[in-house]
Amino acid sequence: MPASKSAKPAAAAPKTWDKSQVRDVIRKRYFPEVSLTTHEGKQVRLYDDLIKDKIVVMNFFYATCEGICVPLTSNLVKVQALLKGRVGKDIFMYSFSLKPALDTPEVLHDYARRFHAGPGWQFLTGTPDDMELVRRRLGFVDPDPAIDADKTSHTGMVRYGNEPLQLWSACPGMSRPDSLVKSILAVDWKDGKRQG
Amino acid sequence: MRILRYRELPSVANARKNRLEIIAAGLSRRELIKYGLISSSGYLVFKNGLSQYASGVAWASGGTGTTGLTSPPTRAFIEPMPIPPVRRPVTTLSGPAPTINPNTAGGEARTRPHQAFTKYPTKFPFAPALKFETHQRPGQMLMSPDLPLQTIWGHDGIWPAPTYYAAYGQQILVRNFNDLPDPSQNGGFGIPEVSTHLHNLHSPSESDGFPCDFFGRGKFYDHHYTNVLAGFASTHPPDGDINEALGTLWYHDHRVDFTAQNVYKGLAGFYLLYNQFDTGDEQTGFRIPGVGGSSFYDPVQFDVPMMLADRVFDPSTGQLFFDLFNLDGILGDKFLVNGKVQPFFEVEPRRYRFRLVNSGPSRWYEVFLTDQGSNTQIPFWLIANDGNLLPAPISVTSVAAAVAERRDIIIDFRQWAGKTLYLENRLEQTDGRGPTGNTLPAGAGNFLLQFRVKSKVTTTDNSLDPSHMRFYSLPDKTAPARVTRTFRFERGNGQWQINGRLMDADCSTVRLRVKQNSVENWVLQNNSGSWMHPIHIHVEEFQILNRNGVAPSPFEVSRKDVAPLHHNENMRLFFRFRDWEGRYPLHCHNVVHEDHAMMLRWDIDQTGDTNATP
Repeated sequence: MPASKSAKPAAAAPKTWDKSQVRDVIRKRYFPEVSLTTHEGKQVRLYDDLIKDKIVVMNFFYATCEGICVPLTSNLVKVQALLKGRVGKDIFMYSFSLKPALDTPEVLHDYARRFHAGPGWQFLTGTPDDMELVRRRLGFVDPDPAIDADKTSHTGMVRYGNEPLQLWSACPGMSRPDSLVKSILAVDWKDGKRQG
Repeated sequence: MRILRYRELPSVANARKNRLEIIAAGLSRRELIKYGLISSSGYLVFKNGLSQYASGVAWASGGTGTTGLTSPPTRAFIEPMPIPPVRRPVTTLSGPAPTINPNTAGGEARTRPHQAFTKYPTKFPFAPALKFETHQRPGQMLMSPDLPLQTIWGHDGIWPAPTYYAAYGQQILVRNFNDLPDPSQNGGFGIPEVSTHLHNLHSPSESDGFPCDFFGRGKFYDHHYTNVLAGFASTHPPDGDINEALGTLWYHDHRVDFTAQNVYKGLAGFYLLYNQFDTGDEQTGFRIPGVGGSSFYDPVQFDVPMMLADRVFDPSTGQLFFDLFNLDGILGDKFLVNGKVQPFFEVEPRRYRFRLVNSGPSRWYEVFLTDQGSNTQIPFWLIANDGNLLPAPISVTSVAAAVAERRDIIIDFRQWAGKTLYLENRLEQTDGRGPTGNTLPAGAGNFLLQFRVKSKVTTTDNSLDPSHMRFYSLPDKTAPARVTRTFRFERGNGQWQINGRLMDADCSTVRLRVKQNSVENWVLQNNSGSWMHPIHIHVEEFQILNRNGVAPSPFEVSRKDVAPLHHNENMRLFFRFRDWEGRYPLHCHNVVHEDHAMMLRWDIDQTGDTNATP
């Protein structure tokens, strides 16, 4: 785009760039400061309590979902078993409710028990506004507003990442459990050293 | 040329959109003048739109972009377009001498022997005399003087990576080192594990850069690039079918699940393949523009690779921004050619060959030549589709390219001496799913590059008038198919499926087996609603038999390796899978879709299967 002759590009204005650590940039961008409630009735902060310094596996669901949630949760139960003793130690699993008004901690507790979800896997609810904010920031959104509004068509993608190593990706939650485990372990601590 | 079919969307009034974008960006009038958006008299430059600054703001509003960002303002056309250096061979490789079997003890990550040396030892004597070495490592570069230095990952620390010049009949060995840093030093995205794919080489599987053949830091991987024509060990012994000659290839990282991040970080470069017809010398062979030096590895003037890329920069840190949690496709609001935001390029008033690659991550282009303030359609020549020379040049006024597609063009600047022209993308796209279907008027698109045409020629143009050029014939595509296979691309609950099945993260499931040296027809069906997908298939070029039953447009009557699949489209492809064996992928080259499992593995072996819906 040419400017006219009288509007020659001026010298770049001196610009002071924010020198924040990229880890903080990612935190501010994707992990809003909200407080959620676990299926055990505990208050937790999204970043500080759930994500910081951890390898995490995250999906969205709701307790009365009769579509993808049942096979998805069942699949993740197998994933948890394949990850052996690591879930709850350095790998944590989170299922966020898409219908927080209905999914009270009691409902979620019942859901977790029904599927035999083990320790280190938390089912989370919160205010509808907070849960919607978390859903959008974590990218569990469809670009088509009609599909996005229809909870029965919600995404079955599972996001996984290693917060201190800044490694993030996502894969279909209905993949074979051993395949999901291989994806998740792509973000495992490198050289066996836990960092953060 | 135009892409045939897009989803119809209500068109948006450009002026209004531009105005909203200016408001959103919070630019002062002084800044508007500075960035060339309005003239000092207050008129918007190009009444139709604002182009280089404004158009990409669409990124912020579209798709599942979780954090709408607008890059900091940058000035256009104040820095020259870089041309990546040509890679020179080495006399001795670092590390142990090359071996046919993987040298695991010596630090090599390859898992399978080089098949060419054992199957065809007279054709490929071991070891290749020509050896190259590349080190994937971080580097710093200035993409715009209005942005801070960026830390990228590049081959030898640069992006675009050094260009390989290769010649048919000269096999080469490339030792590829992973010298990338610890992941905590990744600057926020990118995994330091790599598998370098040489995109469109007729390559043995173990040297192809298969997505699950990635390797970690501190290791190396020897790639054997055979530079041999398809058919050499099957339909056209001993040298292969000249009509399968390839020209403009590119190499890029292909690490499963992390390709988008690693390529966005800079792991991509060109690989140009010459032969006795496409010589790099405009006085010989087809006489395509190009003037070489005394050495084969001296840069060929007037034969210029251009890597198109769109990027977003964080407005507060000024650093490259990759939207980690995006699932649809990432659109940038800054347009780079060879690593510079909107550079200029000084040209002589003569013919040039440009080799355009759309390096992604997700944008579809339709590139025009624009004369300032004019809506005149300026013709130029399209000579190759996906790096493969067409039977003859085609006069066009634009070239469309989905991600990973290449377009070789010839522009004759003679009548533009002393003037200025622009490369402009006029295809409107507002989210990662695909373009809207609107072709914007001249001046309203994304300005990619400014050509400054000198007044005089210093190097006489000895290239042939493109209207007289004739290249290769197309290989026969009438042979009966041993099997016709259908691939339905669908999306259910936000997950990509091919024929209703998901991909395995370790690429362990072989979805189909092709019988070596057989003919197949593949039907690609887009059943994914409002999504478009450039589907890439490794190892062999295909020809399009039809799109929805209709013969392809002239520019697609060619050999190709990317099938741009539009809405509800059904493409029927002709393949002849020859010479090599092993595993290869089929995948969407919108790398964000690719990383979310829009891929499958297929193999070539001695027996094959006949699974029609793998």
